[in-house]
Amino acid sequence: MKHRVSDNTLGKIKLTVLRVIVYAILVFLTFLCLFFFYLMIINATRSNAQLATGFTLLPKGNFFVNLKNAWNDASINIPRGMLNSLIIALSSAVITTYFSALTAYGVHAYNFRGKKLVFTFIMAVMMIPAQVSALGFLQLMNKMHLTNSFIPLIVPGIAAPVVFFYMKQYMESVLPLDVIDAARVDGSNEFRTFNTIVLPMLKPAIAVQMIFSFVSSWNNYFIPALLLDKAEMKTVPIMIAQLRSADYSKFDMGKVYMFILLAILPVLIVYIILSKSIIKGVTAGSVKG
Amino acid sequence: MEKIQTGTAKKLKSVSYAKWGYIFITPFFIAYIIFTLVPQFLTIYNSFFETYRIGLQQVGPNFVGLDNYKALFTPDPDGTILILKYALNTMILWVAGAVPQFVIAMLLALFFTSYRLNIRGQGFFKTVIYMPNLIMAAAFSMLFYTLFSRVGPIQALLEQWGVIDHSFDFFSIRVSVRGMIALMNFLMWFGNTTIVLMAGIMGIDQALFESATIDGANSVQVFFKVTMPLLMPIFVYCLITAMIGGIQMFDVPQVLSKGDGVPNGTTRTLVMYLNGYLKTKNLGMSGAISVIIFIITGVLGGIVYKMLSAQYKDPNRKHRERKGNVI
Repeated sequence: MKHRVSDNTLGKIKLTVLRVIVYAILVFLTFLCLFFFYLMIINATRSNAQLATGFTLLPKGNFFVNLKNAWNDASINIPRGMLNSLIIALSSAVITTYFSALTAYGVHAYNFRGKKLVFTFIMAVMMIPAQVSALGFLQLMNKMHLTNSFIPLIVPGIAAPVVFFYMKQYMESVLPLDVIDAARVDGSNEFRTFNTIVLPMLKPAIAVQMIFSFVSSWNNYFIPALLLDKAEMKTVPIMIAQLRSADYSKFDMGKVYMFILLAILPVLIVYIILSKSIIKGVTAGSVKG
Repeated sequence: MEKIQTGTAKKLKSVSYAKWGYIFITPFFIAYIIFTLVPQFLTIYNSFFETYRIGLQQVGPNFVGLDNYKALFTPDPDGTILILKYALNTMILWVAGAVPQFVIAMLLALFFTSYRLNIRGQGFFKTVIYMPNLIMAAAFSMLFYTLFSRVGPIQALLEQWGVIDHSFDFFSIRVSVRGMIALMNFLMWFGNTTIVLMAGIMGIDQALFESATIDGANSVQVFFKVTMPLLMPIFVYCLITAMIGGIQMFDVPQVLSKGDGVPNGTTRTLVMYLNGYLKTKNLGMSGAISVIIFIITGVLGGIVYKMLSAQYKDPNRKHRERKGNVI
């Protein structure tokens, strides 16, 4: 009996030590994830002269001056860039989710010849990255006079294999085909059934995928940088990269931190509000054991 | 009698609605053909032609067979084969970020799912560690450059502490630039991997852990004999998708090194190499590089495809598909 008790206390001590180590690791990783962004925000509140004095962890009062300077900068038109990025990201989020749901519904709800082949094909091309067809894409867009246009950054979203796959999986778990039958009996045509009955049932999946599409479009750098060269068409990532290639020593550093902050702020705000559903959405598209 | 009736009903219905299936998938395929399939063929086609510019003069397109590929694998005057150098860079950068990414993610997934440890504040930790995944890579990289540059606060702090002197430059040292890229990739991806692996562990039947513990297995044994084998499909899936992402590595090193891959091209990746030729409109060479990247991702993507389609063979799903056929 005595022996057992001491075993128990030993186990408790072990568990406590383990817990302390685990929390220490978690706190360290949290620090690592937040530190650089914390420095960014702090430095966005300091003037160029204050920044030249080096490192600090305390904010200064220059935030709104930096904001005004960054917003009105002559060479980097960040408000225009943010507007361009917003137009592209919102339209592609809507187009990608709507058409992916439509395609997934076509495969899910109907029985037609070649259906298996269609599904296999989409799964097979899912992992091919955009970079490997970028050359032909740029060439074709050039021929179609679509360089310096947002169309090549929005319309291709109609064919998004990953979003299709997510929608298909979601439909399998939540969309009973009896509902569609019932709608048919009531005389609803197929297209209306999809828009008025099926889409509302997919709301959670659509919301999650809209966020992911928005974010990936907002952050997209490779193709837009090769496609857009007119100043008034540039998106935020192109402008941020431009900061790096410009003559750095001449810059007001307070402004540079402010540009970076503005570039990530929209996504950060969306994330802070919706982090729970975003994190839930991360796992849903991947394989189940 | 009843069977025959449902059989005919099935047939009638599938005949009358099949066209809607085609109508609904048409936009996808039109967009896919125009924006991906045709460009893919154009890219491959270009790789067999010599097409480039010298100043304002346009050379080609002239058919040259496999010459572009030969040129890619021909050593430059210094004796280095650039594409192999950049492929090796890409691999080093990916591995340096992915090893800590998977080790830490695995540990965190185990911590978070352990009933015994009962970690509090999981929601907060998950929110924080996933956050860097959504940050614009170009902006994150620019932030690192600004913080670590000669006039940045990190340099100032380390000088103040006497660790380095004023002539020190993070961007002239191979290990430090590669380390920064690996650190950024790690920070951007370990949260994502943690969440996916966690979902995988939670999907394992709890009774298996209990019976292993009752049989006297310690936690290390449980991990290697129960958790890991059952988690394998998800782990491999994560690993391969991470590799495919690694091959595409571009935004972070491009912005950090101003496209040059400082120092001496040691942080230049395959896609940065491709980007250079795309910018200078050398269609032949960029075509050949694209084809090579395409083949590598194709092989890896094939493995992912196999895993995903294996999942579709489970009996549950077949049952559902059969139900779907009724319509």
